[in-house]
Amino acid sequence: MVNHKNIIEVKNLVKKYGSFVANDNLTFEVKESEIFGFLGANGAGKTTTLKILSGLSYPTFGDVNIAGFDVYREREKVKRNIGYMSQKFSLYEDLTVKENIRFYGGIYGLSGRYIKEKTEDLLKRLKMEDIKDKLINSLPLGWKQKIAFSVAIFHNPKIVFLDEPTGGVDPITRRDFWEMIYEASNTGITVFVTTHYMDEAEYCDRVCIMDQGRIEAINTPSLLKKQYNAKNMDEVFIKIAR
Amino acid sequence: MKKILYILQKEFIQVFRNKTMLPMIFGVPIIQLVVLVHAATLEMKSIDLYIVDKDLSSLSTKLVNKFEGSPFYTISGRSFSIDQANKEIENNKADVILHIPNGFEHNLIRNNSSEIQLLIDGINGTAANLINAYSISVISDFNKNIIVDLTQMPKMAEMEPISIQTSFWYNPELNYKTYMLPGILVILVTIISLFMTAMNIVREKEMGTIEQINVTPIRKYEFIIGKLVPFMIIALFELAFGLTIGKIFFHIPIVGSVGLLFGFTLVYLLVVLSLGLFISTLASTQQQVMFISFFFMLVFILMSGIFTPTESMPLWAQRVNIINPFYYYMRVIRMILLKGSEFWDISREFFSLLIYGTIMLSLATWRYRKVA
Repeated sequence: MVNHKNIIEVKNLVKKYGSFVANDNLTFEVKESEIFGFLGANGAGKTTTLKILSGLSYPTFGDVNIAGFDVYREREKVKRNIGYMSQKFSLYEDLTVKENIRFYGGIYGLSGRYIKEKTEDLLKRLKMEDIKDKLINSLPLGWKQKIAFSVAIFHNPKIVFLDEPTGGVDPITRRDFWEMIYEASNTGITVFVTTHYMDEAEYCDRVCIMDQGRIEAINTPSLLKKQYNAKNMDEVFIKIAR
Repeated sequence: MKKILYILQKEFIQVFRNKTMLPMIFGVPIIQLVVLVHAATLEMKSIDLYIVDKDLSSLSTKLVNKFEGSPFYTISGRSFSIDQANKEIENNKADVILHIPNGFEHNLIRNNSSEIQLLIDGINGTAANLINAYSISVISDFNKNIIVDLTQMPKMAEMEPISIQTSFWYNPELNYKTYMLPGILVILVTIISLFMTAMNIVREKEMGTIEQINVTPIRKYEFIIGKLVPFMIIALFELAFGLTIGKIFFHIPIVGSVGLLFGFTLVYLLVVLSLGLFISTLASTQQQVMFISFFFMLVFILMSGIFTPTESMPLWAQRVNIINPFYYYMRVIRMILLKGSEFWDISREFFSLLIYGTIMLSLATWRYRKVA
């Protein structure tokens, strides 16, 4: 990890909504092909940061550099290099699996032939060939989320942002989901994931723990456990949040 | 460019997969045209006439017969008491009372003039005016014959009365349907395009899919074209469909050029679709869209001149109509269909809407934010 270069650089990031400070002076880096966990309680400011990093929201103050591009000045270049999967489920319920993939592939400007080949390949890997013409709203949540993740990285982004991707999903599907994250990471995609499941924090290369808009700790899970003298990430989190 | 095609493809799949959409596109125009054209009529077909004939002379009977013979009147009752007659109006059993006083014939022959009284239920002012006009025309027709009957003397005969020849242009039979159908087409085309655009975009907001689109490198204009074009096509189809129904079932005249009408409609849709897009940037739920558009639609439709000529509205209302897209389209569709107006005749409306549409589209595009 150490010799990888930074792919996300955030310096003194501040986001205010009126007088409420959602992100208070954040500074951190994420390295290439790292799985970076962004942890915190509800309302800690995770989603705010994620929206700024993925270009959905303007920072009030601070420098944000994504894949070598500045989020203020090179917004469209940033967007070409990132994938995003929101907390609010974001496939079209009234389109089929295949139509969803084709649509998102299409608006990223991929060629029709490429979309077709890659879709077949993807469905094979997901073992979803039989349901490719089923409407999304007829599928169970876990499947939808796997498809949403695949759609988010369909255009081979350098970074993928996942906002609480496993919310409401059963433990087995969660495991499957993390398999997919590892796979993506192995192909060189940097994964930036927010979660409040502390067991998932253990799967990350490095984690950052937020509380009330501020970064309280940032390190690898094992070093954090050592530092806070805790058995697992759950304890670390509780010690920090108190 | 290719990205726009992907959006179009997706929009059309969604529109046609939506189970309420197809009935909306085909059912609504049929119902609106067939029902509204008949219902929203100002013609009076059966005026309930109550007769109080206190004279009971041959002339008064002739006058009553004249009313009975008219297809517009049905005699709802008769008596000699004006109080009884008033009660009938109060109970909504009669629309108008014809009161012929005692001595009607006598006075007419003796003094060459006589009086009768018409009492009209004035709750609905427009209807009352029509009843008044109809009744007066029946009475004056009767009057003319009386003059001829009573003045056989040669000295009166040399006074040729002035005769008035009335001819109504463009709608010679004063067919109300011919007038209403284009107006209802305007409402139809507008509702389909404005509602569907605004609802569609806000639905993406509600579902959260708009966020997913906002993180893609897609450009604003690509997204906007992709969102507006499908509803433009559907609205044009609605117009064609509505015109066909009008032609087949109501035999409305299509005097002018259909091409010109569609050309003008395109400019009109530019305004309406941009308004829809603009509303969608203000609202975050479909409920809000309904509320905002309903408010504007109601005001704009009533002021558009669908029922009443805009020229007779107060000056401030005429000024407000400058921003009322219905107003322009309502005028022009009737001008083209009924009068056969050429481009030159409608150029003022055409360029006004073109400017309006450009402003609206820029405003909506500016308001539409990919980034919060």
